[in-house]
Amino acid sequence: MARKIGPFSSAASFASIPPAISSCMTAAIEIRDVSKRFGALTALAGIDLDIAEGEFFGLLGPNGAGKTTLINLLAGLSLADSGTLAVMGFDVVNRYRDARRRLGVVPQELVFDPFFTVREALTIQSGYFGIRDNRSWIDEVIHHLDLADKADTNMRALSGGMKRRVLVAQALVHKPPVIVLDEPTAGVDVALRQTLWSFIRKLNRGGHTIVLTTHYLEEAEILCSRIAMLKRGAIVALDSTQNLLNSVSGRRLKLWLKPNELPLALRPMQIAKGEKSFTLKIEDYAEIERVMAELRMAGIAVQELELQQPDLEEVFLQIMSRQ
Amino acid sequence: MSSPGMTGFATLFYKELLRFWKVSFQTVMAPVLTALLYLLVFSHALEQHVEVFDGVRYTSFLIPGLAMMAILQNAFANSSSSLIQSKVTGNIIFTLLAPLSHWEFFLAYVLAAMVRGCAVGLGVIVLTLPFVQLDLHYPLWALLFAVLGSGLLGALGIIAGIWAEKFDQLAAFQNFIILPLTFLSGVFYSIHSLPGFWQTISHFNPFFYMIDGFRFGFFGVSDVSPYFSAAVVATSFFALSLLTLRLLKSGYKLRQ
Ligand SMILES: Nc1ncnc2c1ncn2[C@@H]1O[C@H](COP(=O)(O)OP(=O)(O)OP(=O)(O)O)[C@@H](O)[C@H]1O
Ligand SMILES: [Mg+2]
Repeated sequence: MARKIGPFSSAASFASIPPAISSCMTAAIEIRDVSKRFGALTALAGIDLDIAEGEFFGLLGPNGAGKTTLINLLAGLSLADSGTLAVMGFDVVNRYRDARRRLGVVPQELVFDPFFTVREALTIQSGYFGIRDNRSWIDEVIHHLDLADKADTNMRALSGGMKRRVLVAQALVHKPPVIVLDEPTAGVDVALRQTLWSFIRKLNRGGHTIVLTTHYLEEAEILCSRIAMLKRGAIVALDSTQNLLNSVSGRRLKLWLKPNELPLALRPMQIAKGEKSFTLKIEDYAEIERVMAELRMAGIAVQELELQQPDLEEVFLQIMSRQ
Repeated sequence: MSSPGMTGFATLFYKELLRFWKVSFQTVMAPVLTALLYLLVFSHALEQHVEVFDGVRYTSFLIPGLAMMAILQNAFANSSSSLIQSKVTGNIIFTLLAPLSHWEFFLAYVLAAMVRGCAVGLGVIVLTLPFVQLDLHYPLWALLFAVLGSGLLGALGIIAGIWAEKFDQLAAFQNFIILPLTFLSGVFYSIHSLPGFWQTISHFNPFFYMIDGFRFGFFGVSDVSPYFSAAVVATSFFALSLLTLRLLKSGYKLRQ
């Protein structure tokens, strides 16, 4: 796959272009023309998506976009109205046993069984997957998720963030090659977020495919190599994170001026004004030269200057604001 | 040798057993106590006036009926309340995410319901033994009806648990279907003592056959032949199981 060179390459194309997956790799997840309605509401409208084995994939979108609905279909928690979904090549309906053995899902809702302790819950979950003695792996997961001192505590007595960790642990008991995390860091403190991500990254390096939904876009930007953006049940962007970042036209130039005023000629470029600063939108570096020339001509000195890179949040907002 | 599938089923069954056993005071002791209270009240009020079968005292007559009623109600309560609780709290997804077949799901819930129902029934009988003389002519007949009856109500409990979305819907199911069917099944009387019309109606109530057949196991006398009762109950259990399995397979209300 050709990498785009330089930060100012032309905008990447969205949606219309299928993801570049080399043929030697198996698709960890294959979604073909999947639709789902709830009464009059179309939650998913013809989703096509392939996620390759070993990818760290981000599924982004505003509230109600259909992320959880798509995950539920993949997990067999809900049935599609049309289309097919497969995990590691196994259809989630016809080959549900094979598909489910290969999939671990961390649900968005904080659900738990109040009858059991952390270790009991994990042992029972292992049993559902046909694993009789899973003690050493359970201990490892408990350790990695920093749950060791709560292992024999009843689920009811855990804090929200701890319950979330148990959900992650439960999704991993059967060592699934494909792991889907639906907003795993909602309500989780900074320290654990770091622990959690280093653990998930380790799993990813070990070959596990990771699919992540989150509303913390900086998290997605750092972690995910490829991202799909969902809006009202349709994929509106699908590309590598880098291409998405490159796709946003223009950078921002923030200037602190003395005197604190912007020459008339530069006014059209202004997109924001702080108390002592102006933010201009520029299309390329050459424009910086022009800005500097204008300022010199007007006899205005630059006290400080900052070139801001667009982040995923900006990309997200731009894509979501398109019709 | 057990296959991974076997372990999945065994785990779900074990979990369903644990679920009621951990709170056995409410799930086993309390219903035993309720049945004993019924016994105390009814036998005190009616002992002098009623003799249903020749040579069988009313209190003795009452015990198998009350035991069977407890078996049926608790088998139903076990699967239905477990399911509705998992649905309402959302932790049903842990089983739905697992590679369990609808058969494994069905068997685990039905068997756990049978165990709870029969545990309560046994409790009722054992605790009355010191006070009331009770025959047990055909223990295998009694066992057969206990097993079939609790299985049937366990399956019905699954259906109710799948169908109900809230606890009060489940309560309605219990109050408007299970309770009338058990009370009108001849727990407290022999249907021969009823007027003709009500006798006919009773013959359409499958609960009547469960109670009557179970009672036959104790006294060796019954309103209808135990073979016929067994056929009716087994057929109902079979039909209801097929329906439950179909619902589970289709994902009705569980995988929407
Ligand atoms: N069981 C359901 N019944 C009816 N409507 C539903 C159901 N589940 C989801 N929806 C609707 O489907 C749409 C997509 O919901 P979904 O939960 O997939 O969104 P999401 O992208 O996960 O949002 P969030 O970021 O808030 O988690 C929403 O409009 C939601 O109201
Ligand atoms: Mg969601």
